[in-house]
Amino acid sequence: MTVAAPEKHPPEKRPPERHLSEDHPSASTGDPASLPVVPARHPWRWLAGAAAVVVVAQFLHGLATNPGWDWPTFRAYLATDSILRAVGTTLQLTCYGTVLGFALGAVIAALRLSRSPILQTIAWTYIWAFRSIPLIVQLVFWFNLSYLYKRLGLGVPFGPTVWEFETMDVLGALGAAVLGLALHQAAYAAEIIRAGVISVDAGQLEAAAALGIPRLRQAWRIVLPQAMRGILPNAANEVISLFKGTSIVYVMAIGELFYQVQVVYGRTGRVVPLLMVATAWYVLLTTLLSVGQYYVERYFARGAERTPPPTPLQRARALVRQIQESRLSAPSGGSS
Amino acid sequence: MTTAMVDIRGVHKSFGRLEVLRGVDLRAEAGSVTVILGPSGSGKSTLLRAVNHLEKLDRGYVAIDGELIGYRRSGGKLYELKEREVLRQRTRLGFVFQNFNLFPHLTVLENLVEAPVSALGVPKTQARARALELLARVGLADKADSYPRRLSGGQQQRVAIARALALEPKVLLFDEPTSALDPELVGEVLDVIKDLATGGTTMIVVTHEIGFAREVADTVVFMDGGVVVEQGPPAEVLDHPQHERTRAFLSKVL
Repeated sequence: MTVAAPEKHPPEKRPPERHLSEDHPSASTGDPASLPVVPARHPWRWLAGAAAVVVVAQFLHGLATNPGWDWPTFRAYLATDSILRAVGTTLQLTCYGTVLGFALGAVIAALRLSRSPILQTIAWTYIWAFRSIPLIVQLVFWFNLSYLYKRLGLGVPFGPTVWEFETMDVLGALGAAVLGLALHQAAYAAEIIRAGVISVDAGQLEAAAALGIPRLRQAWRIVLPQAMRGILPNAANEVISLFKGTSIVYVMAIGELFYQVQVVYGRTGRVVPLLMVATAWYVLLTTLLSVGQYYVERYFARGAERTPPPTPLQRARALVRQIQESRLSAPSGGSS
Repeated sequence: MTTAMVDIRGVHKSFGRLEVLRGVDLRAEAGSVTVILGPSGSGKSTLLRAVNHLEKLDRGYVAIDGELIGYRRSGGKLYELKEREVLRQRTRLGFVFQNFNLFPHLTVLENLVEAPVSALGVPKTQARARALELLARVGLADKADSYPRRLSGGQQQRVAIARALALEPKVLLFDEPTSALDPELVGEVLDVIKDLATGGTTMIVVTHEIGFAREVADTVVFMDGGVVVEQGPPAEVLDHPQHERTRAFLSKVL
């Protein structure tokens, strides 16, 4: 028996001293409960840490001093109009792709989880097809849709057409890109949502059914909030991967970030600093998405087994409060 | 003979090739407490789940206060009801699970308010007032805003009982309500159930607590192999069992 974690044993819960001194005669010289604790030392851990710091420092030094990075050019282009517009297009593609993709994905997940074998098969086939076709192939395909169907129409199936239009009028390059991204995303979103739903304990649905809660309400109020815990980390992965994946639509000559950067370095020949411009934007926006994910996940952790640790903001506030309190109490006991 | 509150007739149920219920008949009068005993695998839990149609029946029927559960009788046939109608019927039956099955993402109060509001359309303020009353009755008024996982097993089960009561059911069904609890927590849950029993709620309780059966039950039912082997007042079934299988079971658990 040791006293390795004294904070976990408040004095009143500690076994009586008599008990200890029986086991350890040597402890009879003093009350072991009051002896100071010497933490274990880890010299190798420190050495490995120091070595890693040296490597990182070397890399940072290279970033700062190697003229090849051409930081002045980087600064010049980082926030120019054309780049900002391209960032806007990238965000637009991500936004539409995510919203449409997850909306369609939710429907497909619902179909796959339905009790109808026909709907299940349709959902399964959709997922199979859109996971099988590479995104880039799909994008080029949608871009060339007008080659296959010059005109599209709405009407009675196998009957007369009510409304007809030129394919390319409706489906421009951006439309084709959004369509491709959303359809591709939907297949993955469907599986992520389904995974979340089936991870919810079957007893939850049973309890909801036993209470007579209407079916839609069961899904919305009981199952989905619990499924969200499983869905969110994967969904965030997908959104981030889609955000960066939008760079693939450069093949359709859409002015998103990566395409725009290529245009600029094609003109100026300064490849590296412009790639760094794109990198900086991708990193910044991914960081924002990650922060968003952190807070959304906390919201859906309500009632979970473990209390989530305080957020960085809460920690900072607690620190400020602590300092204020110590200042308030300081004058009464202050010596200066 | 008056209509029983619970009337189970010739109920059969198979899971694949395994016949779990092989023609069960059981009646429970209004206000009575029926305790079902039996070895595991005897079909007692399945029977209880069949009563509120969590399990569909292969043959036979269950009627609560004269109303068929899960089916509609018309012209010599039983028609399966739509899910919406089954859900409506279930609001008249309270079910308490072995594993509580409280909704972990909702507070205790929200757990109690959910079904009355969404299934019965009770106004929210009224449902909340009623929920707080019920929590006080199971001794957990101070836990209204806690999340279920912050409670002990015994407290969770008492919340689950209050949640079942929130629908003001005609019949309460308990599926081994104390089997998932630590021994020292069993008592508090049984006390709540006893309190309800003396209050005149019709109850069917599947349990292994023989002492509870002796003290509270009007009728003790012994099941084995998917049939009711014998039933009667506790003094008869527990102290003077007529069947060898009942005797063998009781000798093991007493």
